[in-house]
Amino acid sequence: MLAIDVHDLRKQFKVQKNREGLKGALKDLFKREHTEVAAVKDISFQIPQGEICGYIGENGAGKSTTIKMLTGILVPTSGKLVVNGFVPYKDREKFVQGIGVVFGQRSQLWWDIGVIESFQLLRKVYRVGEADFRARLDELVETLQLQDLLNRPVRKLSLGQRMRCELVAALLHNPSILFLDEPTIGLDIVVKTEIREFLKRLNKEQGTTILLTTHDLQDIEALCSRVIMLDDGRIIYDGGLEELKSRWGKGREVQFQFTDPVSLAAVSAYTGDMAVRWSLENDVTAKVWIPREMNVSDVLSRVVGQKEISDIKIFETNTDEIVREIYQSGSAEAPRDLSALSDDNASEKEPAKAGAGER
Amino acid sequence: MISMYLDFVRIRFLMMLAYRVNYYSGIVIYAINIGAYYFLWKAIFGEAETLQGFTVIQMSTYVAVSWMARAFYFNNLDREISNEIVDGSVAIQIIRPYSYLFVKMMQGFGEGLFRLLLFMVPGMIVVSFIFPIELPKDPMQWIVFFVMIWFSFLINSQLNILTGLGAFFFENNQGLMTMKRIMVDLLSGVVVPIAFFPGWAISVLNWLPFQAITYLPGSVFTGRIEGADVWNALLVQVAWTVVLIIPIMLVWRAARRRLFVQGG
Repeated sequence: MLAIDVHDLRKQFKVQKNREGLKGALKDLFKREHTEVAAVKDISFQIPQGEICGYIGENGAGKSTTIKMLTGILVPTSGKLVVNGFVPYKDREKFVQGIGVVFGQRSQLWWDIGVIESFQLLRKVYRVGEADFRARLDELVETLQLQDLLNRPVRKLSLGQRMRCELVAALLHNPSILFLDEPTIGLDIVVKTEIREFLKRLNKEQGTTILLTTHDLQDIEALCSRVIMLDDGRIIYDGGLEELKSRWGKGREVQFQFTDPVSLAAVSAYTGDMAVRWSLENDVTAKVWIPREMNVSDVLSRVVGQKEISDIKIFETNTDEIVREIYQSGSAEAPRDLSALSDDNASEKEPAKAGAGER
Repeated sequence: MISMYLDFVRIRFLMMLAYRVNYYSGIVIYAINIGAYYFLWKAIFGEAETLQGFTVIQMSTYVAVSWMARAFYFNNLDREISNEIVDGSVAIQIIRPYSYLFVKMMQGFGEGLFRLLLFMVPGMIVVSFIFPIELPKDPMQWIVFFVMIWFSFLINSQLNILTGLGAFFFENNQGLMTMKRIMVDLLSGVVVPIAFFPGWAISVLNWLPFQAITYLPGSVFTGRIEGADVWNALLVQVAWTVVLIIPIMLVWRAARRRLFVQGG
């Protein structure tokens, strides 16, 4: 069964135009001009139950608008939308019983009361039985280590503590779909990892469908088997993360640091007629780009022994970079001539720590 | 279901209690207001025995009771709703399986209940020592009065909700809220009893919901409205409570369609 089924979903907003100058302001006083802006443009996708799907895109691409339509907050302008067997904005009260939502930038706990009181109130709001609630709360508190926080007022929690409480609040009624809108925003790496581990477990043990938007691609890599990429209100990629990587992956680069100065012509001569591309970083450092289908060791064996080498680094394209390039080109359909691109950027590249990639 | 809504009343009550400074300053503000109006009216009466059928004692009782009633029916639901719409947190409310407006109403009730028990009751006792006021002796009059300020609360909250929802349609809702607040204070009879308005204004006000908020319960309490007219006054309140549901439903429905959550 499909957890989320979306067909030609569209959302337009009316935006007020402010005319310029005093004359314009006076005109605005009597007659407003509006422009229609489409935030989401006829998108379609299906998410089966039990999947973790990442929903990514630049700021303003329409991610949050989609999430808000899927959760019944916004009414779509047109299109078909079924989530968990309901049309979200129509059967709102029944529909929201079956979903959990976490907005990273917005708290759903009551600011002035203790965490446990917020949970108790949510128990009543969602009409969860006392015994179910206890069992569920104990389990969640255990896995997210909240024991010490339960009696504190929400306003006195740190962001990481609050976020873990938000997750509990969204899951107390055991929803079958969990929507996360930038759940790891502003969190430190320890809390991020904890939350990712927790979500993975939740998905595996309870079969909860998870749809998350994020700007942190490590979230996606850690969690998602599938990504939907949005640009300017349209879906530009929908598929597996591995597929995205292999389609856009642009080979590897090896950086050699020689003890003595080298020239471009000299290093190019080492690899002879191999389809690789050399570039010079400075007079002792040279970089070679190796296409995906070629073996790195073949190239290495040609170079090593030719000259004294003090250091070698290997760079793999990572998801961050792939996504950045897709955002820039605005399409995931046709990868450009990447070898040329890597040439252009060559002089700006700096090896990041721990081989994390270029730039 | 009901226990959930009662919990919202309880939590608001506790929250009001948590902010004690607001509470104490509230008592002072109400005392000053009642005192100021009492001396103002005393000056206006001067030597006269009655004005527009009000005796001095009736007038001071009216002033005291209308401020006390105001303590119960007054709330900031308009500002709360408006703020939640402007900062986008209304989104959180919509993903919960309850009626947002009903929850707001309950929170307003928690606030009113707090003021009733901790402002109005002690305030009334203090005032009855300082100023010459006459409280009704008939217990029936008390019961009717409490029923009537319950409806005052409902009508005032409905107007607040309606004003607050204006934030869906106007970029800046401040003007509308200020206008509503002044209209309620002026036209409901807190500042000047409606009997003092010119004849044409009275006939206009009879067709507006404001008089049902303060003037009617105040008049019943001071004995200016008696007998069968009391039921008429109550009927007017009930009618307004029911009638006001319609624009709220319409506005809410329209608002849901054009809801534009900020920062999305």
